[in-house]
Amino acid sequence: MSIMEYNGGSVIAMVGKDCVAIASDLRLGNQALGISSNFQKIFPVTDRIYVGLPGLATDVTTLRERFRYRVNMYTIKEEREIEPETFAHLVSSTLYEHRFGPYFIEPVMAGLSKTPSGGLKPFIAATDLIGCLNFAKDFVVAGTASSKLYGVAEGLWEPGLEPEDLFETISQTILNAVDRDAYSGWGCIVHVITKDKVVSRTLKGRMD
Amino acid sequence: MNTFADRFSTTGALAELRKAQKAADEEEFSDAMWGSEAGFGSLAKGVPTFSVPNIPDPTAFLRLHTDDHADPTCKIKISHGTTTLAFRFQGGVIVAVDSRATAGSYVASGTVKKVIEINPYLLGTMAGGAADCQYWETYLGMHCRLHELRNRERISVSAASKYLSNLVYSYKGMGLSMGTMICGWDKTGPAVFYVDSDGTRLKGDLFSVGSGSTFAYGVLDQGYRWDLTDEEAQELGRRSIYAAGHRDAFSGNTCNLYHVKEDGWKFIGNYDISKMHYDGPGNVLGATGGGYGYELRVEGLSSANPPVAAQA
Repeated sequence: MSIMEYNGGSVIAMVGKDCVAIASDLRLGNQALGISSNFQKIFPVTDRIYVGLPGLATDVTTLRERFRYRVNMYTIKEEREIEPETFAHLVSSTLYEHRFGPYFIEPVMAGLSKTPSGGLKPFIAATDLIGCLNFAKDFVVAGTASSKLYGVAEGLWEPGLEPEDLFETISQTILNAVDRDAYSGWGCIVHVITKDKVVSRTLKGRMD
Repeated sequence: MNTFADRFSTTGALAELRKAQKAADEEEFSDAMWGSEAGFGSLAKGVPTFSVPNIPDPTAFLRLHTDDHADPTCKIKISHGTTTLAFRFQGGVIVAVDSRATAGSYVASGTVKKVIEINPYLLGTMAGGAADCQYWETYLGMHCRLHELRNRERISVSAASKYLSNLVYSYKGMGLSMGTMICGWDKTGPAVFYVDSDGTRLKGDLFSVGSGSTFAYGVLDQGYRWDLTDEEAQELGRRSIYAAGHRDAFSGNTCNLYHVKEDGWKFIGNYDISKMHYDGPGNVLGATGGGYGYELRVEGLSSANPPVAAQA
């Protein structure tokens, strides 16, 4: 029995043209038994940053609160909103603080970061459970369906997707990947982050 | 003399195999092998033989490498996770199964046929090792036909299931994994027998086998009566498999439904479990209409579950 598969769940983030998307399933399980089809794993950090926390459910709740606390402290001290790159390092160091007794979570981050010229640049990143950062330029995956997500995303993703096309791509990717994973599924949620708004949609998925 | 001693020294599968091999080599068959006592678990001529690991204790070896309950990292993975059910009622026997096959957390297939059509009057269900069930129940079908030819009468469900249970018992400890229900109609009427690879054989009215069996039992026990109509019984089978497919991670995809009556079994239909959740089984006999999903059934019935329209 792997502790990473105890509750199940998966998250994926993708880069598009001047936009990013992050999606997760909605299942909370106790091993094979499905408990909830409405379990939130993706949380807003700022207006332009979202973090997904697949892994052990108890640590999802704990880490979410921990990140909220640290981001609030950062905002107060710096008197400005945190940037995605900075947040990624905050996540990484928070996890590494528990190097020898880790939180069983593999965070996935998606956001838009400010460029020196005043524009916005898509940003995604993921870490392992002890905080090793992975800055990818296409997509990142984590959770019990990660291997299946890689397969589908590798086949569907292409560079320069507009927000509507990115939504379609990430939705098809997660919907089809979780159908091949026993521990993920029971519906999905997708957030597409663009420069002036975030569109969140709940998807009907297979309920078995 | 030695041959005689060998023959009766042990009843284990290995000895049987040795015996069959020897018999095949020497082409020496007693008349008894062709009579009605042929078969019933003996591995004489014309039956398959299997190669076993060439080590002192093949049983322990096989257990070590195939038992993923004791050791999840074992090298040989046998697919588990299933929901199957069968029950007897006034109108015959209902057999319903799911169609998911998993290897670890990977959903290897969603279109597995877990009902094995042994002959027009006998059905077997599949839980545990897919290959074990498929192979031995097909093999059982062959012997049921031989029984018919020898005795000019169809084999009883009881005899067929006992044949299977004796057979798997001879391989006890060698890693066979099957939990099956042998269902059919014979002289005595509808019959259901539970047979598993431990050698257990039980006669009963109602069984469910597999990782999702507890969920299926929940619905089944609640709705079961002897005097169910055919339509009610079919709906109960469908609804029970839905419940298991919904809650159990290792069951799902579709439900296959069979009904056994006096004139043999009939395939009723294949139902998508997710479709049953949202829309119900469709326009079929016995269906109440509407989806089985909890949200759909409680919508608008309490302040905690306001209609979707009200939330918007």
